Amino acid sequence: MDANRTRETNAWAIEAKGLVKVFGKHRAVDGVDLTIQEGTVYGFLGPNGAGKTTTIRMLATLSKPDAGTARIFGYDLATEGDRIRSRISLTGQYASLDEDLTGLENLVMMAGLMGYGRREAKTRAKKLLAAFGLEDAAKRQVKNYSGGMRRRIDIAASLVVTPDLLFLDEPTAGLDPRSRNQVWDIIRTLVATGTTVLLTTQYLEEADQLADRIAVINQGKIIAEGTSSELKASVGTGTLTVQLVNAEDRGRTIELLKRKLGVGIHTGADPTMLTAQVNDPSIVAEALGDIAQERIAISDFSLGRPSLDEVFLTLTGHAAETENV
Amino acid sequence: MIDSTELRRQVTVDERLQDAISSTSRPKRPSAASSTMVFATRALLRIRHVPEQMFDVTLFPIIFLLMFTYLFGGAIAGSTADYLQFLLPGILVMTVAQITMYTGIDLNNDIRKGIFDRFRTLPIWLPSALIGALLVDVIRYSMASFIMIGLGLALGFRPEGGLSGVLMAIGMILIFSFSLSWIWTTLGLIVRSEKSLMMLSFLVMMPLTFVSNVFVDPSTLPSWLQGFVEINPISILATAVRGFMHGTATFEQVMWVLIVSLLFVAIFAPLTMYLYRNKK
Repeated sequence: MDANRTRETNAWAIEAKGLVKVFGKHRAVDGVDLTIQEGTVYGFLGPNGAGKTTTIRMLATLSKPDAGTARIFGYDLATEGDRIRSRISLTGQYASLDEDLTGLENLVMMAGLMGYGRREAKTRAKKLLAAFGLEDAAKRQVKNYSGGMRRRIDIAASLVVTPDLLFLDEPTAGLDPRSRNQVWDIIRTLVATGTTVLLTTQYLEEADQLADRIAVINQGKIIAEGTSSELKASVGTGTLTVQLVNAEDRGRTIELLKRKLGVGIHTGADPTMLTAQVNDPSIVAEALGDIAQERIAISDFSLGRPSLDEVFLTLTGHAAETENV
Repeated sequence: MIDSTELRRQVTVDERLQDAISSTSRPKRPSAASSTMVFATRALLRIRHVPEQMFDVTLFPIIFLLMFTYLFGGAIAGSTADYLQFLLPGILVMTVAQITMYTGIDLNNDIRKGIFDRFRTLPIWLPSALIGALLVDVIRYSMASFIMIGLGLALGFRPEGGLSGVLMAIGMILIFSFSLSWIWTTLGLIVRSEKSLMMLSFLVMMPLTFVSNVFVDPSTLPSWLQGFVEINPISILATAVRGFMHGTATFEQVMWVLIVSLLFVAIFAPLTMYLYRNKK
């Protein structure tokens, strides 16, 4: 798959401004601005309850925003719902098919609802089942499908007519790695044929793997937006990890690093492990030199670009496993 | 490691996927009639896959009819055969009216699963989702009616209105029940769970069906209760159904059933659709 998928187009699939959704006193979505270019994958990254699903539901015409405006392919969300609905598709978080019906019956139903006649509906349904590797399960009730098959038929149902914009709400939640990879392949193939995808995920790796651009959302607000490299860069050049041989050297090492690097040092559950977000890589060498001079034995060190996990923790302040010293 | 057969499978799947996704043309938006048919087909397929759901239109009517005929027959009318002439039209109304609530329960179940959201993001005439299901329910209601009347005939029920009278009576019941179902779809959209909907429907249907002219002639009731029985929609329907079955139906009786039905649809169908479109 070509990593650089940006297209020569200025068309926006989604332009949203100041979206707000309030449930009682809780501002589930609190002023979300969003622009998504056609033909790209956009990742919505955030923890449970961050407002990801609520935002998607508004953009998919399922729920009216309490404030703000949005255009989907230039159509106004508030007044042109029907036009929008004919170009989008939604695969929700939960089984979005009739579980008592077979896979084939479900897809024939969806094809019928998209306007296919009986015969074409059946042809189309069979073609999709084959494409998603579900031929053998065609005549089984969906409730007897495995998690991965379930997800695939859910997505297949959204592609009965290939949408211009596909919303995928946590497409790989609860899937084993193999099924997850299959779903990723489907998404990549889909984007290669020109569909814009907006997906939500709690998995940073997923956003990193699939999304051209990522919005980190927390408590109803977008707290960072950009490509995965931009987000990583925004948190500092990288993470220095130092592994000590003896845990008793920890205090001294922290002092040394703090003085040299001028940033906070994080300690985790492992007493011999120290990490720090570094802005200037050139002083890392000096800091390590100081450690060597003090005859502190280290078994390992590394300087890496921050993972999205670290980005996320830095941005949201949910530093659950680490404490600032 | 991926072995070679696995690799080959992967490749063919991907090509087929590419082909399946990219080769589609967009068909024309389905007409209201054809999307209604698709939803009706769904409901029929559900009956095939979950035949238990037919208990309410097969076993219920049989048990109700036997139970009430032999329980009250001797006490109220002196003999079960005499009572059956009076009871059958009424209990038919009661049974079918009670099973209309399953329409709301089905909808409520759809909402709690993602399929409701999926339907709502389709470019279709949305009421077809409900009308399709209701049409199949009408089939279920007729089934309940035929089973009950068949059993009644075997037990000694003799409708003086003849076949045409019985068919007209069933027609009345179907029109009324189709209209009544919209109350349950409205409630199905408001109420949080299947359980609370069940409870709510019993709360409404128990007094409506019992405090009516289904079981007894209301002339023995205290006058304030008579007033309620008279305007109770279940009594209005039971009166017309009795009329048709015994060949004494009046124009006025039929008009009242139609007016009540029309009122149900006029109020609750738009309300249902509003809630359906704007849920959450």
